[in-house]
Amino acid sequence: MTRQQVLDLYFMESRFKLVEIAAFLDRVDRGDGKADFRLDAFRKGMKELGGKKPGRAKKVLLAFSDPTKKPIAKAHGKGACGAWPGK
Amino acid sequence: MVSRTTDDYQDMVTAGCAAVCEPAFWAGYDRSGVQGFHDYFCQLTDYEPKRAAKFGLPHYTWLCINPKESEDVNLAEEVIGIIPQFIDKPNVLGIGEIGLNKNSRNEMKVLEMHVDLAARTNSLILVHTPHLEDKLKGTRLILDVLRSDKRIRPERCIIDHVEEHTVGMVLDAGFWAGMTLYPESKCSPARAIDIIENYANERLWMNSACDWGVSVPLAVPRTALEMRRRGHNPEFIDKMIYQNPARFMGQCPKFKLPV
Repeated sequence: MTRQQVLDLYFMESRFKLVEIAAFLDRVDRGDGKADFRLDAFRKGMKELGGKKPGRAKKVLLAFSDPTKKPIAKAHGKGACGAWPGK
Repeated sequence: MVSRTTDDYQDMVTAGCAAVCEPAFWAGYDRSGVQGFHDYFCQLTDYEPKRAAKFGLPHYTWLCINPKESEDVNLAEEVIGIIPQFIDKPNVLGIGEIGLNKNSRNEMKVLEMHVDLAARTNSLILVHTPHLEDKLKGTRLILDVLRSDKRIRPERCIIDHVEEHTVGMVLDAGFWAGMTLYPESKCSPARAIDIIENYANERLWMNSACDWGVSVPLAVPRTALEMRRRGHNPEFIDKMIYQNPARFMGQCPKFKLPV
């Protein structure tokens, strides 16, 4: 596809998602109390959007990922929250 | 499919699906004992293929105790112990979806037990990789387990739910990679096509999540439409949504597609 074709197909959808993210961050700011590690990971991921090189999706995913290598001692619960707490 | 309605089977056939392939999955709650798995395996190998057949859809399945229930090693041993009773059923393709969920030591033990069973029974392997923040680490650990068992041939294993940060390591290690299409997590159709365009690999496939959560059984046909919008030719689309999966599953002699 040409860049023009990519824009024709995906610009409106991506514009919508970008505004959603902006509104989400405004909503977090309006909230009371402290945020947690998820917001830090989110901001780290957002930094990757401004990069000039390809592979942004991979870099955003890495920003949310557990980078450690060894299995944990025990699984407490089953769910994932979307960002690594850092411990 | 055990948690879906017959409308989904009807829609899938209408959209051109040629077969359905259902891995053993977490029920959304922990089963209370091995008998619950026995009943589930009966459902997957007896009742569900009959239900699908009413709509002209061949039904295939994979058996295991899902990683979400693998923290209890004693239960896992019991469940793995009954799988040989079902492994020769005509619609069983192999062992799956095994893998990791929270990347714990017990989950690793159970994964190794499943891999051993697959090796002993010469079965295909379908691997679930963890969700979200646990996927990167879990995929690395899973690859370590599979590569450390010299009986395992990578071309007979598919590592599922890959995303941009894990697909490369899976393909580089010689395994098949699956992209699971989900409306809220995992891979969107657009990103799955991006991955296809970046890797264009002989060992890639896509699958629709069809479970009890928010999921879309027609995600693969809809992704085919998206590929057409991007200008991909029909032969390439057919390869990605039909020929590649058929080639992988065809390594099990029981897998037959309607002529």
